[in-house]
Amino acid sequence: MIDASVLERVLGSALRTGGEFAEVFAEDRRSSSALLDDGRVEELTSGRDRGAGIRVVVGDTTGFAHTADLSEAGLLAAAEAAAAAARGGGGGVRTIALTRQQASRGYEIEIAPVEVPKARKVELLTRADEIARSTDGAISQVSVNYGDSLRRILVANSDGLFAEDETVRTFFAVSCVATGDSGMQTGRESIGHTIGFELFDRYDIDELARRAAGRAITKLAARPAPSGQMPVVIGSGGGGVLFHEACGHGLEADLVSKGASVFGGRVGQQVASKGVTVVDDGTMSREWGNIAIDDEGNRAQRNVLIEEGILTDYMWDQLRARKEGRASSGNGRRQSYQHLPMVRMTNTYLLAGTEEPEAIIASTEKGVYVKHLGGGQVNTATGDFVFGMTEAYLIENGEVTEPLREGNLIGNGPEVLQRIDALGNDFAMGPPGTCGKDGQGVPVGDGVPTLRVSSLTIGGTAA
Amino acid sequence: MSPAFFEPPDDDCAALLQTAERVAARAEPGEQLEAFVARSNYTSVRAHAQQIESFTSASSAGVGVRVVRDHRQGFAWAGSLDPDVIDDALAEARDNARFAEPDEWVGLAEPDGVAPVPFDAFDPSVAALSADRKIELALELERMVLAGDPRISGVRVAGFSDSTGRFAVATSTGIAGTSRGAWCSMSVLALAADGDETYTGAGSTVGFSPEALDLDEAAADAVLRATRLFGARPSASRRLSVLFEPRVAATLIGILGSSLTGDRVLKGRSPFAERVGERIATGALTLIDDPTDHRSYAADMFDGEGLACRRNELVVDGVLQGFLYDSATGRRAGRPSTGSAVRGVSSTPGVGCQALAVLPGSGSFDDLLAGIDDGVYVQSMTGLHSGVNVVSGDISVGVEGLIIRNGELAEPVREVTIASSLQRMLLDTSAVGADIEWLPGGTACPTLVVDEVSLSGS
Repeated sequence: MIDASVLERVLGSALRTGGEFAEVFAEDRRSSSALLDDGRVEELTSGRDRGAGIRVVVGDTTGFAHTADLSEAGLLAAAEAAAAAARGGGGGVRTIALTRQQASRGYEIEIAPVEVPKARKVELLTRADEIARSTDGAISQVSVNYGDSLRRILVANSDGLFAEDETVRTFFAVSCVATGDSGMQTGRESIGHTIGFELFDRYDIDELARRAAGRAITKLAARPAPSGQMPVVIGSGGGGVLFHEACGHGLEADLVSKGASVFGGRVGQQVASKGVTVVDDGTMSREWGNIAIDDEGNRAQRNVLIEEGILTDYMWDQLRARKEGRASSGNGRRQSYQHLPMVRMTNTYLLAGTEEPEAIIASTEKGVYVKHLGGGQVNTATGDFVFGMTEAYLIENGEVTEPLREGNLIGNGPEVLQRIDALGNDFAMGPPGTCGKDGQGVPVGDGVPTLRVSSLTIGGTAA
Repeated sequence: MSPAFFEPPDDDCAALLQTAERVAARAEPGEQLEAFVARSNYTSVRAHAQQIESFTSASSAGVGVRVVRDHRQGFAWAGSLDPDVIDDALAEARDNARFAEPDEWVGLAEPDGVAPVPFDAFDPSVAALSADRKIELALELERMVLAGDPRISGVRVAGFSDSTGRFAVATSTGIAGTSRGAWCSMSVLALAADGDETYTGAGSTVGFSPEALDLDEAAADAVLRATRLFGARPSASRRLSVLFEPRVAATLIGILGSSLTGDRVLKGRSPFAERVGERIATGALTLIDDPTDHRSYAADMFDGEGLACRRNELVVDGVLQGFLYDSATGRRAGRPSTGSAVRGVSSTPGVGCQALAVLPGSGSFDDLLAGIDDGVYVQSMTGLHSGVNVVSGDISVGVEGLIIRNGELAEPVREVTIASSLQRMLLDTSAVGADIEWLPGGTACPTLVVDEVSLSGS
């Protein structure tokens, strides 16, 4: 994208006012999407965005500027703006010598989406629409989304790091509305991987459309969710967001260092039930949160956060790690070149246990079985988190019975981690997610086996 | 091409409009062409522990090109206004249009003779504010919070940001519009600690000029919210009244507004689709969407398709009046556009609310509080994106706040949810306050009291 010699000059210029660390992050992103709604392919969209963000660090202060102009003059202007924002005491000339690093994600993209005819993408939409509508006469509306992106990034910094990466992601989602006597209900299914158009060799679109339709239909007969505390069984693959919210955000080093996490100062302590091992793993091949390098040029890693219930480490970006005199854990990510990086998750999951999933349900006398969770949100200071159930059922006498209407569940992270009393042997990754933090969204994955929390508060309306 | 009654407010807007018009003029026979171009500048200062954590300054520009041919629509956008980039976007949009399926209602907006209400919220003091002063303001806000209460243990971030933006839209159908705006805002997230409890409280202030920022109020808000929750615990599950302060109530009103948009209604995704003329809410509720009200931070002259913004009545005395439309959904519904197209550079226009406002009812916050025997005062909600289904209307969200007992604020509560449905909550609203607040997002809302809401807790 940019010559090493240009980058060296830009970094040198960025440090001229006394900065200790300077970085150029350049990005070139192409995206395409197609939308079917109301029985018709409404629109295809193509997008192109490229530019560079330059940061200069002096002490605790970061100066940041971004530009869409990738010429040397454009980059130098941005470097000057970033340097002006972070004025240091000293100054002088520093020579930067970049060393190119090779990062590999260990697998190849098989079919570049840009090579696939648009007509083929449109066919997928109409196929999914037909299948969803033919599933049941109560399906009253369907929308189908296709999206792909090619993101090339380049990171060069004053420590001499010079790394590049290219990431391809492909996404597909079907959303249905079912209408019945009780009103309207919705069902959605999505797939997304850090791969190309081979996504559609791995998944059956018909099956996906049927599941989305089925979820909406099932909920037409749903009764109001209960209100109050009871055991909750979470289905395999459907509930990784629980850990993303219950402990993931609280283990981000930027929040910890500001005293804004209930998990601050607790490394080495028992924070979860004994069998609980939580991992954040950017190297997980083909998963939605897969990265070869993070957005600060550091190699992705598999980081064990909680091992057998004991808190082992937080997640780190370059700045926090630098301050603590340790290495980044490869969790410095950003939405785009227009944003500063911060500590972010990648693929966050809970390792499988040994129990049969059926046995976990059978041993639950009364509770809720959440087959599929929606998004969630956490207040890291208190640890209180919510997450939505998009497909849930009552458990009565050890059996899954009636479907429940949507609602949120609420719990407290440190308490819920201690209340995990059953872990299944059926681990699976869940659908693709977008994690939001301070206004920036990044793609993340999550996964869980079937598990039970002995008590969570269900936010329904039934007494 | 521009209508005689409209002049661009400055040279930069005129230049943007010229760029847009040049693209629109390239329409081929049988083709409709629209260009939406925008430029913005912003700075952002984040302070933490009396240090400047980051200082960001940037400018960006972009273009979105929409092509309609044979009632098929294609779109492409790019984050640059370079001529070759615009050429690429135009070619891509044309190619994309070939793959959409035709729809007789699809097409660009046409001039409708409605004159825009002049509005130019562009105070030069925003752009003139020095970097040093911005830094001082961020540090000052943090200091005010730190000094606000002995239990304040820190500030996660105190920030200042400002932005100036201009956009222009032009079409081959004769639309031409451009406007500009400048805003500044500050926000702070306070941390309060006592024993092993830590709570957060947010405060913010927005203005069309730096002088309009109210740091005292932002700091006091953040401190109060962070410090009044000590000892909070779940409350017993039951049905009770909920008192939503204006900024929380505005969220509920936003959910209602989004379900009154033409796209949702026409495509069978609104629970209110067949209910025009019916009573859907308490008689005390009147809701309008009025981007021509210049008190709103979202006020504007033109919508995303270049039509004049206008005042639209959605609910009057509890009775549903109608829906919002852009030009395509309006054509399909047999109605004129309500000037409600919202968009950015990277998306085609969609129907949306611009400046929702609930008209004031009667009673102060204290009056409303005094009327509640058993209730909860909500200071913040979480899980909106997972707990609100805008199609079914089901709502279930996590809340923090204070229990209300016999008309007075009592013990704090957390780790509880409240649940109902949007349809029920509108009818169960028992009080609409007189205390209208214009909120950062551009919405105006008073305090609302909703009865018969399910609280889930211990």
